[in-house]
Formats: sequence, structure tokens, C-alpha cells
Amino acid sequence: MHWDIVWNNLGYFLIGPYPNGPLGGLAMSILLAIGGIFGAFWLGLAIGLMRLSQKVWFKYPAIVYIEIIRGTPLLMVIFWFYFLAPILLGKPLPEATSALISFIVFTSAYIAEIVRAGVQSLPRGQMEAARSTGLTHFQAMRYVILPQALRNMIPSFVNQFVSLTKDTSLAYIIGVNELTRAATQVNNRTLIAPTEIFLTIAVLYFIVCYVLTSISRRLEKHLARYQARGR
Amino acid sequence: MAYLELKNVHKWFGNFHVLKNINEQVDKGEVLVICGPSGSGKSTLIRCINRLEEIDKGEILFKNKSIHAKDVNINQLRADIGIVFQQFNLYPHLTVLQNITLAPIKVRKMSKDEAETIALKLLERVGIKEQAHKYPAELSGGQQQRVAIARALAMKPKVMLFDEPTSALDPEMINEVLNVMKDLAKDGMTMLCVTHEMGFAKEVADRVIFMDQGEIIERGTPEHFFTNPTHERTKAFLKEIL
Repeated sequence: MHWDIVWNNLGYFLIGPYPNGPLGGLAMSILLAIGGIFGAFWLGLAIGLMRLSQKVWFKYPAIVYIEIIRGTPLLMVIFWFYFLAPILLGKPLPEATSALISFIVFTSAYIAEIVRAGVQSLPRGQMEAARSTGLTHFQAMRYVILPQALRNMIPSFVNQFVSLTKDTSLAYIIGVNELTRAATQVNNRTLIAPTEIFLTIAVLYFIVCYVLTSISRRLEKHLARYQARGR
Repeated sequence: MAYLELKNVHKWFGNFHVLKNINEQVDKGEVLVICGPSGSGKSTLIRCINRLEEIDKGEILFKNKSIHAKDVNINQLRADIGIVFQQFNLYPHLTVLQNITLAPIKVRKMSKDEAETIALKLLERVGIKEQAHKYPAELSGGQQQRVAIARALAMKPKVMLFDEPTSALDPEMINEVLNVMKDLAKDGMTMLCVTHEMGFAKEVADRVIFMDQGEIIERGTPEHFFTNPTHERTKAFLKEIL
């Protein structure tokens, strides 16, 4: 076994060539996941609310968006956007930016469905009570429906975050220097320790995801307590 | 001149004709009790008055103006016509005080202080001022329903609709809610109450109407209604309920 190769390159796995070069490795993976989930939350919230609207020019574009994205592999979205962006913008986007936008677009479709389910799971009387006091639809959403619905959605959001953290490995395909690519580079250079290298990055992914699911479990317990009190 | 007027009102849910040619007038300060078996359309009727449901035919006039007119601001209309639901529908994530002040602040554009002063007065009026900073789940059903009444009153409505306000309550809590409603009636509020509380109807109602299968089949003073109903269906209903 050649664990010394892993040991000598651990810094590269964690942060890439930084600070002598661009940030990479696990740090890049985590940055992509955080940026992705943050962007996808706002885009998904907007699309989810459009999906819930009675107005056809909001509702149907949202349905088409959600169905197309959910019926497409993430790898295709990454590829497709990477090759489309230069045509749309007239110049190529940096790989990491291109991957980030793909993650946001892809994950937002799932977040939109989580938002829809969360809003629809509230009793109809909440919206009726709010509207009956003269609040507009928007105000009722903002002050009555979403504060309750978003709280119920937190566990699903965390699931999506875990899923996205693992999926950042797909950015490898367009040359983003995240954890999987960093490992492949070291492996191509050294050639004698693929088992050790890939076992190490698997453990690194596992640690990050395990921490996230643990947080999620604790949140769920906390929220269950809130709900028992809340209704 | 009638304060609230329903003219030839029809409504369908799909093929189900839920309201059939409803004609009714309510004067300012009048208390109208609507009763009838479940599925007779009484809840739907009052929900049409603040447009939580839309009618399919006919007209509803509030202060001689159609509530469906193009220039009617539906949110302003709803602020003027309060409703209290069977299931209270308080907002579980907000305190009692926040439940009451939300709409006055957002719709009537009151300052927070002003809205809270009014809310506390209303809570005193319904007898639960000391619960102002609790969450709805910490209150009993009767207390929750009184909060719901205060929430509706905070908008200073001209008309109050009650949709079976005591049906979801334990028996010992019914009176605390009915007493609040009686006070409100004495203060001259215009009220439409869907209820099976016949004691309340006898004591407070100016008129009682009885609905069956989407139609008003009996109307009159409480005296007439309880002692001398003309329709067989009404007699059968009263026999069941009294």
C-alpha cells in the first residue's frame, strides 16, 4: 500500500493548489454545494410559487421548467450549459461558474416541488383566514403561509443539500478542479495508488454528508417538538 | 334600505346546485341566524358574502353596491366584513397579539403601537387579555375562538359572519364564546350566524332562516320559528335538535 502518496497530497485534496494557485479540492466542492443550494433556494422558491399560482402564464412555464429539468440527468445539464453559455454570451464562462449555474438550475426544480408540497400541506383555512382579514395573496403568503411552510420544509432542504454535495463530483467532467478531479490528477501523476486515493475521497465525501445528515436529524427532532406544540 | 342584500343568488359546485335562488335582506344592526342540516348550503352562503366563494348567478349588495362591481377592492371589502370560522384558523407561528395586529398593520396601515393598543382592548373585551403573549396552541379551544373573534374585530368590520363558531368546541367552552357574540349583538353589530345553538338564536336573533338543499324554506322571528314553524322539514329538524 502507498498511503504516503495520499498523505503527501492531502492538502491538495482539501484545498487544491491554494494559496499558490486557485482554490480546489474539497473546499471547491463545498463552495459549489453551498453556492448551489443558496441560489437554488431563491430560484426554487420563485418557481414553486409560480407553480402554485392560478394564473396560467405563471403556472404553465413553471410546470414545463420543473418537468424538463426533472427528466434530465444532471450531467446533461452541466454539459449542455457549458457548451451553450459561449453561444449565448459570446465568450466562454469559467468552468466553476458554469457548473455552479447548472447546479442552481437543476436543484431549483426539486426545491420548487418541495415548496409546492410544503405550501399545499398547510390547512386551507390558514390562507382563507388571512385573506378574510383583507391581506392580499402576496401578504398572506409572506406573513402567514411561508413562515409555517418553510419551517416544515427544512428537512427536505437539507436532503437536497446532501444530494447536491455528492453531485458536485460531476463538475469534474467540464474540468472544475473539485475533489474528484483533484484525486484523478494525483492518480494520473502517481499511477500506483488508485485504491488508496479514491478510498480517501470517498471517506471525505462521507464525512461531509454525514455531518449534514446529523444536523438534519437534530433539526427534525427539534421541529417535531415545535409542531406538537404548534397545532 | 337594506344594509346587505342577496338577490336571486345561485351557486354550483360542479353539477351540485348548492345555492338555489337565495333572496334575503339584512338591516344594519340586525342579527340573522341561519340554521339547517349539514350540506344545506348555509356555510357556502355566508362565505359568498366576503367572496371566499364566488356566486355564479345573481347579485349581492353591500350598502347598495354590488360586491362584484369592477371598482370594488376585494381586500377592502373583506376588511369590512369579518368572518369567524369553525376551526378558528389562528396562525400557529404567531402570538395571540401578533395574530390580531397583523392585518391592522398591513391592511389598515396602523402603527404597531396603535394596533397593539386596540388588540389589547379587544382581548380585554373577550376576557383573555392575560393571554396576549402566548401562542395559540397554549390556549383552550374557547380561548382560541375568542382570539379569532378579536382578530376579526380588530379590522373594525361593519358586518360579522360566524360560520358555526361553537361546533368544534367542548361543551363547557361554548358559553364563553356565545357570551362574546351576545355582547357584540347588544353593541349593535350586524351579524350573520350559522349556528345550531338554539338558545343563542332565541335570545339574540332578530330573525331566523332555515335552509335545506340550497333553499331558504322557512324564515321569521325566533318566536315564529321555534313555536310555530310551517314547513315539515323545519319541524323535523327542530325535533332532532331541541
